[in-house]
Amino acid sequence: MIRFAAIRLVEIAAMLALMSFVIYGLIGLMPGDPVDLMLTSDPHLSAADVARLKSLYGIDRPLIERYLAWAQMALSGDLGYSRLFSAPVAAALLPRLANSLELLGSSFALAFLLALGLGIAAARHPGSRLDAAINFTAFAGISLPTFWLALILMLIFAQGLGWLPASGMGEAGSGALLDRLRHLVLPVATLTIASLGGYTRYVRAAMRDALGQDHIRTARAKGASELRVVWHHALRSALVPIATILALSFGTLVSGALITEEMFAYPGMGKLIFDAVMGNDYNLALAALLLATAVTMAGNLAADLAYAWLDPRVTYR
Amino acid sequence: MLPVAASAATHDELTIGVVQFPATLNPNIDAMAAKNYVLGFVLRPFTVYDADWKLVCLLCTDLPTVENGRAVVTDLPDGRKGVDLTYTIRPDARWADGAPVTTEDVKFTYEVGRNPQSAVSDAELYRRITSIDVKDDKTFTLHFDKLTYDYAAIDDFVLLPAHLERGAFADPAQYRVRTLYATDPTNPGLYDGPYRVSELVPGSHIVLEPNPHWAGPMPPFHRITIRAIENTAALQTNLLSGTVDMVAGEIGLPLDEALAFDKQHGGAFTILYKPGLTFEHVDCNLANPILADRRVREALLAGLDRQAIVASLFAGRQAVADSFVDPLDKGYSNDVPHHPYDPARADRLLENAGWHAQGGGARKNADGQTLSLELATTAGNRSRELVEQVLQSQWKQIGVDVRIHNEPARVLFGETLPHRHFDLAMYAWISAPENVPRSIFRSDEIPSAENAYAGQNLGGYASPEMDRIIDALEVELDPEKRKALWQEAQRLYATDLPSLPLYFRSDAFILPKWLTGLRPTGNQYPSTLWVTDWRAQP
Repeated sequence: MIRFAAIRLVEIAAMLALMSFVIYGLIGLMPGDPVDLMLTSDPHLSAADVARLKSLYGIDRPLIERYLAWAQMALSGDLGYSRLFSAPVAAALLPRLANSLELLGSSFALAFLLALGLGIAAARHPGSRLDAAINFTAFAGISLPTFWLALILMLIFAQGLGWLPASGMGEAGSGALLDRLRHLVLPVATLTIASLGGYTRYVRAAMRDALGQDHIRTARAKGASELRVVWHHALRSALVPIATILALSFGTLVSGALITEEMFAYPGMGKLIFDAVMGNDYNLALAALLLATAVTMAGNLAADLAYAWLDPRVTYR
Repeated sequence: MLPVAASAATHDELTIGVVQFPATLNPNIDAMAAKNYVLGFVLRPFTVYDADWKLVCLLCTDLPTVENGRAVVTDLPDGRKGVDLTYTIRPDARWADGAPVTTEDVKFTYEVGRNPQSAVSDAELYRRITSIDVKDDKTFTLHFDKLTYDYAAIDDFVLLPAHLERGAFADPAQYRVRTLYATDPTNPGLYDGPYRVSELVPGSHIVLEPNPHWAGPMPPFHRITIRAIENTAALQTNLLSGTVDMVAGEIGLPLDEALAFDKQHGGAFTILYKPGLTFEHVDCNLANPILADRRVREALLAGLDRQAIVASLFAGRQAVADSFVDPLDKGYSNDVPHHPYDPARADRLLENAGWHAQGGGARKNADGQTLSLELATTAGNRSRELVEQVLQSQWKQIGVDVRIHNEPARVLFGETLPHRHFDLAMYAWISAPENVPRSIFRSDEIPSAENAYAGQNLGGYASPEMDRIIDALEVELDPEKRKALWQEAQRLYATDLPSLPLYFRSDAFILPKWLTGLRPTGNQYPSTLWVTDWRAQP
């Protein structure tokens, strides 16, 4: 197991090195550069200004030369400077990462816990009215466009009832926990509703499969209570495929939720990555995308390791 | 604490919704409308154009003129004329930490602006100033190497506080990273306007509080919060729910969305529409042989019913353009060739140009070539995309086949337009009062590899006559002669039609009923520069 994990970690490191080159190359090949973008908002910029700024930002050098300079800097622990945020990359990225973890972590946990309950209930009574109602709710959640759902929630709870704030992370200058939580309610609700359906369907399918297996019949024949059958025997089997889905979701925790963040003016990683790519902020985009890649791969590794724990038949050599 | 205006008794806080968050608050680094909007509250430029498009002093005591002796025309060694301008900083001007604004700040700002490593984006003004003489703590003279008609305007010269920023400038190449506007943006000493930044959460909001050392008219609010909400539908919901009180016109809702909002909820708000200097037009790539023919360009314009477009899509809130000069501008002249909607004339012009009607389809010339052009604009700009469809349909009526090829702004402005890979492109020029169109019409401003694709003359218009007028306009001091030159420039433009004028864009300011005194300027200087005129009615 340790050898397996060590090999996977080396693979992840190699993949990140490769991805850094691919991402840098792709951003570099996109049309326009930061100075071109400045030109569109300042018609007074002269040719001399353009040449000076391109040289200053280093974007007049060949792509491969810029990449090697970045790689050398990154290896020494310096991720460079974000032009969009006028701050070192780490200083621009970390607060957004914390915001995203707060927003997406809350909705992820909430959606998963609700899905677990709903999925199990539906699986235990297949074809029943309860199953149909849960399925209907799940498909409705999957089908609703996130921006529309966000807007509807804002219209009802912020504009109509006036119970909750429509946007932001808190009242300016407040910093109080309760205020922060009030601002989290609508974006968390949006993301939870949007992801609940998918998770519920996965849990239901996995539980249906698990409840039909031989060892469940054996457990029941041995007189195990229904609660023990479901939670101890069936759920453990069902968690193997669910773990894969959860592992794949880890990446989204750090890559953000662009639409929800934009609708609720919530400064998270999704908006940061979008702005960095569109604004040609190479250093910031690269760091954020590599972080998302690293977390996704780490999530996969965690899932692989979880299989062995959940299913004794799985071993790694 | 500084007292605020008495009328703010019931509304002592204001929350403003905007669609953009500034990348930096350093006044000399980067150019962005959101930055200008915020800085209007917290920094005083020496000179600006006000809501009447008149040049006024904000940080200085008097505008230099030859008559008052503060402007002295000089003879330069190369035979050209230069000018020496003397300004005096307002005696009561102080940074919000209490330090007085002095000529030390002037010298330091000049030093930063002149240094090629300091990442100052628009360094043209600093290049034109050859030296500075300091008389005392408040009075200084700038020596310019060129005498221009707008010599007194030094609006790009926005002071940096030497007592705080000098340390950050120790290594000029690192200044953009170390400037306190980036590392410590809530430091009160960075601001000399009626407000200072007291809280800044990147991407979210900026909080402003009164500058305790401000000696001008009282700021009207104890606190102003500027909240960035990029999605315009969400911004409207925030406005209706009361999360924001107003939407800034300079960086707020596009006109079509504001009009729809006005129709539904206008009664609950004060909505001001301000026509401005943003000139929406269709650029013609003159390297394309079809568009190089002036008759084709004139036919395209005659085939457009611009009045109907403005009336139906913008409720008549935007002025149809006859040339690139706004009717509100001092240089405007109505004595130019007009091109009203006239499909019959468009038909004649195209026939004369050799493009013959094909019984309902697109026209062809004698070689069998189809009259087909590509029209590009910024993808995702709903307003432009709507107009584009109308243009396509109206041009189809006169036998011109137009294919729409839109691209994201970064691709259009970063690659397609500078490299001139287009036929027709619809976008806007942002100008200033009496702004000489050097960058958009002079022949040496055509982007090319030689000038690093920096010019703004994207259509490739090369007219020795226009070049002559532009050069003369820049240095002509006599207002009457300058007016005549402006008229010549507009007449030449409306005759040559290097681009097809559409209309001048309007901004929509959505304000709460209780807010008064806000005057949109319609030029590049934001209304926030005059925040001390704003009042909250009880």
